[in-house]
This record gives sequence, structure tokens and C-alpha cells, in this order.
Amino acid sequence: MPRRDDIHKILIIGSGPIVIGQACEFDYSGSQACRSLKDDGYEVVLINSNPATIMTDPMMADSIYLKPLTEESIKEIVEKEHPDAVLPTMGGQTGLNLARNLQQEGYWKEHDIQIIGVDIAAVDITEDRQQFRDLMDKIDIPQCRSRAAESVLEAKEITEELGGLPIVIRPSFTMGGAGGGIVWNEDEFERKVMRGLEMSPVHRVLIEESIFGWKEYELELLRDENDNVVIICTVENIDPMGVHTGDSVTVAPSQTLTDKQFQMLRDAAIKMMRSIGTFAGGCNVQFAIEPGSDRYVAIEINPRVSRSSALASKATGYPIAKIATKLACGYNLDELANPITGNTSACFEPSIDYVVVKAPRFNFDKFPNVDEELTTQMKAVGEAMSIGRNFPEALNKAWQSLEIGRAGLGADGYEELDRKAVRERLEKPYWDRMLNIRNAFKLGASVEEIADITKVDPWFLQQIRYMVSLENRTEGQTLQGITKDDFRELKQAGFSDQQISWMLSQSNGKVSEDEVRERRKELGLKPSFKVVDTCAAEFPAETPYFYSAYEGENESEVSDKKKVLILGSGPNRIGQGIEFDYSCVHAVMAAQEMGYEAIMVNCNPETVSTDFDIADKLYFEPVFWERVLDIYEYEQPEGVILQVGGQTALKLGKRFVDAGIKIFGTEFEMINFAEDRGSFSEFLEKLDIPFPQYGTASDVKGAVEIANRIGYPVLIRPSYVLGGQGMRIAVKEEELKFYTERVMATHPENAFLIDKFLEDAVEVDVDAVYDGEDLHISGIMQHIEPAGVHSGDSTAVLPSYSLSDAVLEKIREYQERIAENMGIQGFLNVQYAVKDEKVYVLEANPRSTRTIPFLAKATGRSEAQIAVKVMLGAKLKDFSKKELTSTLTRWAVKEPIFPFDKFPEVKKELGPEMKSTGETIYFMDDFNDEHFKKPFEFKSLYLSK
Amino acid sequence: YLERNGIVGISGVDTRKLVRHIRSKGVMNAVISSEELDEETLVKKAQGWDDMEGLELAGEVTRTEPETIHSDGPFKVAAFDYGIKQSIVDNLVKRGCTLRIFPAKGDFKEELKKWNPDGFFFSNGPGDPNATGKYALDVVKYAISTGKPVFGICLGHQLMALAEGIPAKKMFVGHRGANQPVKNMDTGLVEITTQNHGFAVDEDAIDESKVEITHINLNDQTIEGLRFKNFPGMSVQYHPEASPGPHDSRYLFDRFMDMIKEGTQIKQMKHISAD
Repeated sequence: MPRRDDIHKILIIGSGPIVIGQACEFDYSGSQACRSLKDDGYEVVLINSNPATIMTDPMMADSIYLKPLTEESIKEIVEKEHPDAVLPTMGGQTGLNLARNLQQEGYWKEHDIQIIGVDIAAVDITEDRQQFRDLMDKIDIPQCRSRAAESVLEAKEITEELGGLPIVIRPSFTMGGAGGGIVWNEDEFERKVMRGLEMSPVHRVLIEESIFGWKEYELELLRDENDNVVIICTVENIDPMGVHTGDSVTVAPSQTLTDKQFQMLRDAAIKMMRSIGTFAGGCNVQFAIEPGSDRYVAIEINPRVSRSSALASKATGYPIAKIATKLACGYNLDELANPITGNTSACFEPSIDYVVVKAPRFNFDKFPNVDEELTTQMKAVGEAMSIGRNFPEALNKAWQSLEIGRAGLGADGYEELDRKAVRERLEKPYWDRMLNIRNAFKLGASVEEIADITKVDPWFLQQIRYMVSLENRTEGQTLQGITKDDFRELKQAGFSDQQISWMLSQSNGKVSEDEVRERRKELGLKPSFKVVDTCAAEFPAETPYFYSAYEGENESEVSDKKKVLILGSGPNRIGQGIEFDYSCVHAVMAAQEMGYEAIMVNCNPETVSTDFDIADKLYFEPVFWERVLDIYEYEQPEGVILQVGGQTALKLGKRFVDAGIKIFGTEFEMINFAEDRGSFSEFLEKLDIPFPQYGTASDVKGAVEIANRIGYPVLIRPSYVLGGQGMRIAVKEEELKFYTERVMATHPENAFLIDKFLEDAVEVDVDAVYDGEDLHISGIMQHIEPAGVHSGDSTAVLPSYSLSDAVLEKIREYQERIAENMGIQGFLNVQYAVKDEKVYVLEANPRSTRTIPFLAKATGRSEAQIAVKVMLGAKLKDFSKKELTSTLTRWAVKEPIFPFDKFPEVKKELGPEMKSTGETIYFMDDFNDEHFKKPFEFKSLYLSK
Repeated sequence: YLERNGIVGISGVDTRKLVRHIRSKGVMNAVISSEELDEETLVKKAQGWDDMEGLELAGEVTRTEPETIHSDGPFKVAAFDYGIKQSIVDNLVKRGCTLRIFPAKGDFKEELKKWNPDGFFFSNGPGDPNATGKYALDVVKYAISTGKPVFGICLGHQLMALAEGIPAKKMFVGHRGANQPVKNMDTGLVEITTQNHGFAVDEDAIDESKVEITHINLNDQTIEGLRFKNFPGMSVQYHPEASPGPHDSRYLFDRFMDMIKEGTQIKQMKHISAD
């Protein structure tokens, strides 16, 4: 059936704030859905409370409601807009739950609104594990043995039936597997079952036979109204069953299945999808296979667009969300063209002539006492994806992408190789398992031994062993002695120049990364760039989506247009997430408007910036010096933009400066200088701007001396921080000593900044754009929580609600004075503390910040684009009045969202270290609003050190 | 493993470069060597070889003697081996066909008459169908003349079309791989199929009085399947027995069985009425 003409106006429900298990992949799918519907001439109405999304940008939908994702909001919108249909599949579990609740109420029917893209009854079946089981039994799909329990007693009986522990707990209807886990022993049985029962909104858990250690697979499917089903991608989890797929290192396409096994899963997946309802759209199916046999079980089926579909889209190039949307509004697969090739059919299964690795990013450092063992409940806060021509290359690239300070999978000097420690660490699944497998090989372990402990398929282990063999071969050599063939083999296995420099430094004296790079280029070893085209080059592709490889032909054609390279923000983590991707996407648009070809480098598969039709060219590569420089040297852009990619991009700033590469906007020395609190404070002193008393110390003794001089409480921060990493407040000497000693133990080279902590001060966050002549204030946000709570964790109100005119005047004046004297070109964020009508500057950030998207949504101005255009040479006076005028009439509130429910062992407390994963925007008319009153009442409750 | 079994393998090829080359220049002869390494000599060698057009290869890969493969079922099928895939044999045997598999060349008409099969199958195989057709059309036409169900795959499909006077042409680039989308025109459903062919039945030469197009390739709209109007026959260009590859098209074997069952029923009915 072609496009449906019986519906005209479609409501899309977004996924709201970023939480663990539901991140910016839903911005990616939501914005694809919006664009797809608009292309087809439908009127799009959108609700989402997350301001940091591209899908809530004005051009994405006809009417956008930045409202809380509640049934009330939806009803309000429906009554005003009268949509004909609702598409809830792009909003994750949040969107589905809302649609389901309203369905149960009979609301959709009553208002004559059709649900498209999903069948709610089907969802109910798939989410209720008992119903799912019954259905699978009916269609002869094997499963693990299991039964649902509604009490601890019942759970005990079922466990006995299943032959005892270990068993798996899966609560019904929770997101990202919240409240689930494996029970290994009697002691934890009751506690874990209780928690599962509590977390499940229907207070039911499934007690399931453990298939811990089995191989795990995910298939991404699309189905149309005609019941055509295609498999877009098959993803294999390297971590065997027992680890949530969001926490697993995964690889696509599957690497260790025979064709018979694969076809068996494919047949089962198609059968499963056809068995659940009649909806047209996307679907994800998970299977486990017993190692060494063909026995498999179906684990679950998710009849909606998910995190895995975002990954599958980026891994194959096939835009799943876009096509799923078209299917939802009537098209059949065989009526659609593959958007990558333009003229072949969308009804096919992509072939992948490369290997994709996804590595999850964790933030355990933010939550002391958290249990780091990986389980069936997701703990990762983000992920990086990498593409290579072979598995070792992709794996090394993944570790370069994660931004955990590594130059690849080991071989970079950070490993302590202790046999016992490595073995112990491998016994349970942890985030660094791949690294410890590498370490185990380095220590001489065999494939069999490691397979026995970890249950990781021997094929992957053999690959890692091969990587280690290359390391070992290289370690005895000299830079000049290493042959071109050996060098090429190292590069083809994804080893970075930095890793090679470390290997070579093991025996014959120190070799620097730059020397390795130089020698490599002397030998003529440069990467070529290959296209991601869904079809292994079978048909000409129209998309500029590239990855690097040390092999053969270069498919990326360099244009003669003027170009700018924009560095993305890498994997999501706490303190750096979707807000930065928002700015990246806007930087691309701004650069294009300014006549530049915009080239994007990023490695985060969940984002909009890595959609192949956003930038003029997309390099899906680690935001890692060597990879970025290779692209720079190949493309020869005018310069680079670092200020939108958070700390990821900025960290590379000094190296760009040293290499003589132009950085657009504010001089990098100034950006760097603003991070150095010492010199920044001297600068403020010269400008006659007050700041809290401070001092810098390089040891514990020095820190105590400073604290005594400026008086407690003090704020301690290690020298280079983002998201307040490692920051603490100390009210007495004991605490100061304890904390500084702890940091010194792990980072002896670190310096501390000790600030006088302004107790009970009001914190104010100001974003602005400066072009050398004029200052544009993007917004002055007043925090509800007192200074000391990280700005990302506090509730902020725009405009301010209790600052005097004199204070506001002072703030504007300081902002301009700082901008002028720092030579700002573009973004300038300054954080202030106001106490007793006096304004203190806490810090300045000459880059895009977390608050930029919130401000853009609150004021209706394209704040990021204004700043990026200024960076590229535009003047504020050339903007139209409309572009610079705010549409905000009352107040907008930014509310943080925390992951404490995922870490039950961690106490909720807020301090200078950021802990929230996301935020919502809320528009209020007066201060009687609960969204203001509540945080105001509790404003100091959670403040800790 | 490869060494042990004397199998030649190749790795480290920039497959994208290779595919892009063929995609723009069309199919061509290729040479792989680990002995002679001078490029010019090798290119000359490849150029010296015959073009695929006009090349008869089925005769080189077929078996030399007829062979019978028994099944538990009641049906008898005569299969002609132009390079028949084991999976085809398995799929037919599994469905209750006892197969008598004949070599590509040779005159087996007398034996066929005597054995009196319930259906005929023409297999896949390499080479130009026009070249193979020179000797194979004889038996294809014989099969058609019996009025029994006839099923052809790949080369067999092309031979059946040729027998009805519909020519096959060489394609600019062939269809390869396990992800080719084929639309079944009867049901409107799409099958993901395994394909490996460089010749195709010419869509411009279709005679609608003789055949009906039942399947098309969604990427380039070429013919993937035919139903024959003048005898109970069907044929597909792709590989429903796919191994490796998707199982979406296995139903074609079932359909062939249905045709055979129908035929034998008619036979039985005739038998009864004759009584």
C-alpha cells in the first residue's frame, strides 16, 4: 500500500530526558521520523520535554510542545491539535508507556486517533514475559525455562523447579532491565527478588533458568503491512549472556555463526515478528545460542525502534527509523528506495564489508561504592562505535574512541601486568574485560584458559591473541628497523602511532608518537577512506559516510570548496552528552549557511551528528588525535571547530596549535587559560572582578596551608576538570587531607585548586556570544540550589527570579569585560556566585556548554548557530532583530534527572561533581508552580561534599 | 584446514576496489596467481581466455553416470545435472522424491520413457545457457512434451525459457550474493534470495502467450521467475535451495511437489475413469 491519505496530522511522542538505558538514540530516531513524515507531506505535532534534542528544533515539526511527558500534557495537546494518528515508537519505553496508558483508558479511540508504527496489544505481549512465553510456545520457538512470580515465596518455589541457583530475575515493564539481575547465592536471593517486585509497576518478576555464558545475538528487523520482513543487521555480543547488551562489547556483522545457525536465527526472528500483531515498523529480537551446539533460545522481542536500531543504522548505513516511519504511514518496503544508493530497493538486507565494534562507556568514577560488576541491568552511560576492515582494527579504534585516556586496546603503558590480578578481574564481567583478555595473553595465557574463565568465543580470543603477537613482534624492534610490511600490518590491525611508539620504546630507547607518524608517512603509509554504503560497493552510493582503513583505494573525494572540520563529542558520559551533540549539529548547519562544506568527525552511534545526511561529509572515526589529524591532512580544511564537542574536542586543542592548524573562534590559548584557574584568577584581579579566594597546591601540605589562609569551607578541584570530575567540598582539615591524599595516590602529578567556598551563595549561569564588538546575552539563569551543587545538577530558572537590577547590571558588565579582555569570538559561558549583593566570578568557559540547547529552546533563538557563525566571521550587528530576540514571556526551568535508581547502593547526594544524566525543560507562569516550589523547598537537602 | 584439503584460498583483497571496478566496467575475466607475478603477463593471460559469452561449462562439471537417490516418498523426479547443488537434491529428497539424476550430455530418452517420472527438474550450472542449450534443449523439450511438471533453477530456468523460444542475454554485471530482493508477483511478497548468475532471460523478448513473469528483482526489475502457459512448468533464476543464504523461497519446492501431486492425482483419476 502506498502512503496513507486517511491521516494528515501525526503526533510523535518523544522520550524525554536522558537516563541510563534511554539516551540520545531516541533523538536520532525521533528527528528521522519527523523529517520523514514532513517529506511525505504530513503535519507533525511533537511532544518532548528534553530541550537538548534536535527533534525539538523548530524546523523539525509543525507544532512542538516542550512539555512534561505526562498523560495530561498529551491530552491537552490532542484537544488543541486534533491529530489523526499517534506514532509512539520513537520515544523509547517512555513514549510506549504513555501510549499504552492512554489506550487502556480508551482515550485514543474516543478521540478517533489511530496508533501507528506499533500494536499496543503486541507490546503488552512482548513485555509481559508469561504472555510472551505462551506465544513463543505456540509458534514453536524455543526459550529458557521460566515462570512469573508475584511474591518471594513463589519465586523460591520456581527456583527449586528450575534446579536451583543461579537464576535470573526480570521484572515486568521496566526500562533498560531496571531491577533485574542474576542471583548467584542464597544470601542475595530475597533482597534481589524484592527489589525486582518493587521496581516492576505491576509487581511481577520472571524467574528464569540461567543461560549465563551462552552466546548472545541481536537481530534488527523491519516489517511492512504486507508482512514483508527484512533483517537489517545482526549484532553479536562478545560478552556472553549475563551482561546486558547495552553493557556488552558488541560486533556487527555476527562473526562466529555458521550459515546454518544464522539462517536458523533469521527464520525464527521472522516467525516471531510475524506472530506479534499486524503493525508495520521496526523490531529487535534477541537470541542466545549454547556454545558448541545449535541449541538456541529466544530471549526477547522489542516491537519498536530501540538503542540497538540506532546502532544498527549507523553500523549498516540503513536508516531504520526513517524507513520504519514510512512503513508506519502505509508504504510497503518494496515501494521504497534504499536512501543510500538512491535507486535500488529498500527491501533488502544490507551487506557489510567491514567490521563494526561497539564499546560501552561507563562512569563508575562518579558513583563511589557502586557495584562495578556487569549484570543484566544496564549501567553504561554511553557508547562508542568504530569501523574497521577487520576485527582487530575495529577493536583498537573502539578503545581509541572511548576517551578513557587509552591509545587502543592496551600497549600504551597503562597496564600493570599482575597474573593474579588479571585472572581475578576476568572471573566476573567488568567493563575492562577486553583489556584484561589482552593482558592475559601478554602474560602468556592460552585461548582455552581464557575461554574457560570468560566464556568469550575462542574466535574473538584468537583475534586478540593475534593483536598481542603483533605487539610482541614490535617490542624488540627499532623505528628505522621495522619493515614497511610489518608497519602496515600494525596499522591494519588498528594500532595507533602512540601504541607503536610505546611498543618501540620498550627496548631501544624512547620513541615519540610524532616520530612514529613521521616514519609512517615516510614509508607512504596513510589511511584511505572507505564508504559505508549498505551494499559492499555493489551499487554506487550517494552518501558521504566514511571510515579509515589501511587498505587500497581511497573513496573519499576532496572537493575544492572551502571546508571546516567539526569535532564531535564522542561517547556520552555524565557531564557530556546530547547537549554537545546538539551544538555539533547546529555548528554543521551554521557552517553550511556561511558557505562552508561541513565535515564532521564523531564516533557516537546514538547521535544525530552521525546521521549521514547531516554534515556534508561524515567521518565515523575516533575523536583521537591521530585519526583526526589524518582526516585534516587529507581534507585540508580552512580550520577546525573545537568549541562544540565538549572536552573531547578541546583536549586536542593544544596539539592543533602546535601543528599550526587554525582553530576557529576564540584563540585556543584563551580557552586553555580559562581552564587554568590560577592564571584566570590573576586575570580577573587585573580586571577588578571579584572571585572567591583561592590558592594552588601541588601536595597535601600546601593544600592545608591554603585552606587555613582562606578559611573553611573550601572547594577542592584537580587541575583539569569537566562535569566537576573529582571536585569536593571540605569543611574541615581532616576531610581536606583525606581527599587530597586520595587523589595524590592515583594522580601524583596533579595540582589542586583550593577555592574559598561561598556558603549559601546564589549561583548564576550566563551564556553569551561576543564578536569583538558586541555582546549578545543568550540567557542569565539563576540556580535554585545553592552554589556548591554542580551547575549541571541544579535546577536553573531563566530569567533570574530574585536578583536585583544592580546585580544583573553587574553581571552583564563583568560578562562583557571578560569577553573583551579574553578576545572572545563566539561562545562565552561564565558562572557567578552572588552573596550579599556582591557578584563573584567562579569560572569562565569560552565554548559551547550544556545550557546552550536549553537556552535556545527557552528563547526561540538559534543560540549555537549564532555563536558558530560569529566564530566563522559573522558580526552580531548583521543578524536580524528577530534572530536575536527572545520569545520567552515568563519563566523556563531546567530540571536535572538523576540515575540513582540504577545504583541502589549509592546514596543520593549532590555536590560539585555532576551526577545527572539528563534534563527537562518546563515553562511556568508563576512561582506557585510545583516545578519551582518543590526544588525550592528541598534546595539544600541533598547538598553534600 | 585449507592446506590439508588442498583448497586454494585468497585474503587481503581490497574487495571494494574490485567491486567498484567491475561495477563500472562490467564483468570481465580475472586471473589469480601466486606463481607468475608480472602484472602485464597476467593481464595478457586473462585477455587470452575465452569470454564467458558462448562458453559451455555445464558439460565440464556434470556427473558422468546417472545416479539414483532414494527417498521414503512415492514420487519420481528426473533431475538433470548441469552442476546441481547438493541442497537442491536434499530439498527434493526431503519432500519425498526419489531422484534419478542424469548427466548433462547424453541421450536418456528411452530410459526416461521406461522409468516414467512424475516430474522433471533442470538444475543450475555455470556458463552461457545458449551454449549449453545447443545440446540440452533436446531433453528439455522432451520433458515439456510429456506434460509432466517441470521445474528449473538458474541455468535450468534459462534453458526452459530457451526451449520456449525466449532468449537469454549476458548481463552487464551479474547478480551475486545472499541479499537479493525478489518480488513474488502472485503474492506481492518479497523474498530475500541467494543469487549467482551472469546471464538472464531477456525481458524484452518475453512472449506472453507462452510465459508469465512470476518474480522480478527489485533492484533492477530483471526477470527472476516464470510460469509456463503451455505446460505445467515453473522456473526461477535464483536459488531457493540457498545454502548458504536465506530460506525465504523454499516454498517453491513445496509448490513443485503440489504440481506433481496434482499430476499424479489426475493420472490416478484417469486410471479410475478408464477402469
